Amino acid sequence: MLLSDRSPPGNGRKECKVRWKRQTPCSQRSEGLIHQTSLSFCLRLFYRYRDLAPQLVPLDYTDKPAVTLPYELIASMPELKDNPFRQRIAEVFSEHGDGNMTLDNFLDMFSVLSEMAPRDLKAYYAFKIYDFNNDDYICKSDLEKTVNKLTRNELTPEEVSLVCEKVIYEADVDNDGKLSLEDFQHMIIRAPDFLSTFHIRI
Amino acid sequence: DGSGDNEEGSAAENEENVKGTDKGRKRATPRTARGHGRGRARHGDEENEDDEDGTRRAGHHRHRNRRRGRAAGNEGSDSDTEATKARKNQANQKSKEGDEEEEDGKGGKSGKGKNEKKADKKPDKKGKKEKANKKKKDKKKSGSGSDSDSEEEPITEEELAKLKEEVEEKKKLIATLRNKPWKMKKKLSVLKEAQLFVEKFEGALGKGKGKKFYAYKVMMTKKWMKFQRDFENFKTACIPWEMKIKEIESHFGSSVASYFIFLRWMYGINMILFGLTFGLVMVPEALMGKPYGSLPRKTVPRAEEATAMNFATLWDFSGFAQYSVLFYGYYNNQRTIGWLKFRMPLSYFLVGVGTIGYSFMIVIRTMARNANDDGGGDDTSFNFSWKMFTSWDYLIGNPETADNKFASITTSFKEAIVEEQESRKEENIHLTRFLRVLANFLALCTLAGSGYLIFFVVRRSQKFALEGLENYGWWERNEVNMVMSLLGMFCPTLFDVISSLENYHPRIALRWQLGRIFALFLGNLYTFIIALMDEINLKARYLLPFTIFNMPLGKNEEMRTSKEKIVKYNMTIWEASLYNGTIPENSTAPPIQVDPADVPRGPCWETMVGQEFVRLTVSDTMTTYITILIGDFLRAVFVRFFNYCWCWDLEYGFPSYSEFDISGNVLGLIFNQGMIWMGSFYAPCLPAINVFRLHTSMYLQCWAVMCCNVPQERVFKASRSNNFYMAMLLFILFLSTLPAVYTIVSIPPSFDCGPFSGKTRMFEVISETLEHDFPSWFGKVFGYASNPGLILPFILLMVLSIYYLNATSKSYKEANLELKKKLQ
Repeated sequence: MLLSDRSPPGNGRKECKVRWKRQTPCSQRSEGLIHQTSLSFCLRLFYRYRDLAPQLVPLDYTDKPAVTLPYELIASMPELKDNPFRQRIAEVFSEHGDGNMTLDNFLDMFSVLSEMAPRDLKAYYAFKIYDFNNDDYICKSDLEKTVNKLTRNELTPEEVSLVCEKVIYEADVDNDGKLSLEDFQHMIIRAPDFLSTFHIRI
Repeated sequence: DGSGDNEEGSAAENEENVKGTDKGRKRATPRTARGHGRGRARHGDEENEDDEDGTRRAGHHRHRNRRRGRAAGNEGSDSDTEATKARKNQANQKSKEGDEEEEDGKGGKSGKGKNEKKADKKPDKKGKKEKANKKKKDKKKSGSGSDSDSEEEPITEEELAKLKEEVEEKKKLIATLRNKPWKMKKKLSVLKEAQLFVEKFEGALGKGKGKKFYAYKVMMTKKWMKFQRDFENFKTACIPWEMKIKEIESHFGSSVASYFIFLRWMYGINMILFGLTFGLVMVPEALMGKPYGSLPRKTVPRAEEATAMNFATLWDFSGFAQYSVLFYGYYNNQRTIGWLKFRMPLSYFLVGVGTIGYSFMIVIRTMARNANDDGGGDDTSFNFSWKMFTSWDYLIGNPETADNKFASITTSFKEAIVEEQESRKEENIHLTRFLRVLANFLALCTLAGSGYLIFFVVRRSQKFALEGLENYGWWERNEVNMVMSLLGMFCPTLFDVISSLENYHPRIALRWQLGRIFALFLGNLYTFIIALMDEINLKARYLLPFTIFNMPLGKNEEMRTSKEKIVKYNMTIWEASLYNGTIPENSTAPPIQVDPADVPRGPCWETMVGQEFVRLTVSDTMTTYITILIGDFLRAVFVRFFNYCWCWDLEYGFPSYSEFDISGNVLGLIFNQGMIWMGSFYAPCLPAINVFRLHTSMYLQCWAVMCCNVPQERVFKASRSNNFYMAMLLFILFLSTLPAVYTIVSIPPSFDCGPFSGKTRMFEVISETLEHDFPSWFGKVFGYASNPGLILPFILLMVLSIYYLNATSKSYKEANLELKKKLQ
């Protein structure tokens, strides 16, 4: 979190968006606040996005083409390929929750997962990612799914349910048998390596 | 919230597609209205439409009024606006006239910004009226300039303060924007507005100067962060075998990994010991000492010359190996060697003592640090949750690493589950207690039995030896060794069975197991030595083949003096004969140029001891490797391939694959290290051999574990500190330094070999150095300082300070706990 505190006010992808705009006549004024590093981060993201489907994504984004890449392409990125939660990540960040992503969604995703993103934001999206059934609570079935994804189904059902019970026992502050966003944040903020693991370098 | 609205409006002007709909709920309605106004204003601008300009200006004035009103706690009252309208018009006109005045870009910008802002406020109403007035003036539309002028003058302190506040607010918004879980589009628009606003007004307030510097600073921060990260990576990459150990940990759990971490730590220690002996003893002697063959102690004796280069001889570390820098006896007692005037004996002595001192220091320091780690206590209140939500590392982008990670997560879950089950386990406390007492009783019986067996066997072997070994078979001749290794093989298994009675947590069980085997080995060793010494005292004449260390202890004391006298006597006779030429076998050689190989010499017990240790180390290494190859590898191969054509399931049935034997391996490592500490004074090559051994065994065992072992059934979590291993190591270190220190302090060194020959005690090299190399007063001071009258109070002082420090650390710990409680 120290990192995020020290991080500059301009955020990467926002500025990079600005930079694409800059080619249009009406937005020259915002140049001043653009930082070189965030810009390059942004451009890198854009090129990564484009590399997924060069035939679909145009180089010129000034007229905002409505391009959406399917989940299969997104999930084939080496950064996500081995991640057991890739589908959830894509769904959470996609426009309609189907895993298909526009450039904006894409930028969103990697900005949240970037090193610069603050802890609270990460915690918020982590919660959404682990909330498989989108009911704004992490309930036991969500936890079971998480464990099974993490261990590739190598634990016996008894062990899984033991683990889930323990998690709820530990983290459920309001005793409603499921984890709300507050419960989750309360727990995850104390985790020593949440910031270092919930993070993709690109 | 006027300020917020303003900025949104102004920024939105630049961005076509922002409809202003994405603001917070509260602001939603006013914004949309404003948005429309804005949109129109914008068009007006572009087309140079006078009407719109007018509107804007009007809005602007109005806005100012409104602000004032607000400042007075009176928000946007209509009466006010009406009243000010006239004033505004006048002001506008004035400003138009002032057009010619110079304006800098910033002024212009800020002015415009304000204009727009105000226009947004309530564009429709006011606009209409003023339009007419403004039309002509605005025609050419150098509007920005004129506007700014008109505004800058009337700006009041209040407004300035307000503006500043707004700017700060916006800045904060920009800074915290990333914390908001909004969609990209919304963030973008908000950011853009905020940025524009800040940019404009910072200029107006003369604050924009630091921007470049700020950008630079940010860039440097990022670079610095990246550098730090790279440096961290580099540091991690520099830790040897980190990847291998991590891989093992992920498949076999932290308990197996703890062995390898211990092994790596040991390797580091031995590297340093090796550096000391190699750099300060072996290399100087090899470079600057007298060359081979110049002295009797540096020459292979005539009788051994024929076989000195045979492989078998070398493998046994005799022959040329014995008469080389590898062993104590080779070193000369010359006080200084070479052009550097290197004090060889002193260096040898200090390295010997330093090795021991350094080992003590490092072991104790590591223990203290580990204890610290433990004392810090890990917060286990969210153990499972953290495991579940933070254990997957999103950085992983490589299938192999991902596999390892899956394995390690599974392992860590299993570990945690075992812990949980252990803590839940409800048991009959009386039964458990009874079983534990029983188990300890059985273990003690086993220990006592094995001790007695060894004592008995040693006694018997003495009898055999006295009656002549030729009369007996192979078993009688090797009885002692065989019994000892059989005990070493079967007792641990027995302890394993016993410990299953106790129903301990596997981690605790491992400790008990380690402690028992440790006691077994030590007990056997000491029974062996005691029995041996007993026999030696009874029949001092018989020389046993020593296979186990502690050679220099009792036996030499008595043997040496008598033997030395004999050898010295022989030598005098031999010398006399040289000069007199009376003894026939010497008459062939000219008396003065006797070959050093022919000179008779006394027994060099230090070299013998050193050789013994080196042989032990080598054979121990060999045994370990062969055990791994046969016990693990061949078994695994057999199980794997014969499973196809066997009548029962080999993999899950009887032989199955072997598990990694943590206790055995740790103890092997510790005892081996004990031998190194004991022997390295007599064989400077011992640390080098050990480094080689540890290096190869690291690779071999890593490979063997990954390829032929299966994880334990119950993978359990090792304690984070290896302090239990360390404590055993410390104990062994203490035990193994005893004989070394004993020989240094109270046994006279051999008279014709080694760096201390000619002295009555080895440590005299110190007083000799003090005498020759230091001014006389230093010697005096040293003499006073070593006075018991001074040393005793000093020791007392140390004890007191230890006591004091101990007490403070305890109280700190308590305070720590207290604070922790308060925190929760």
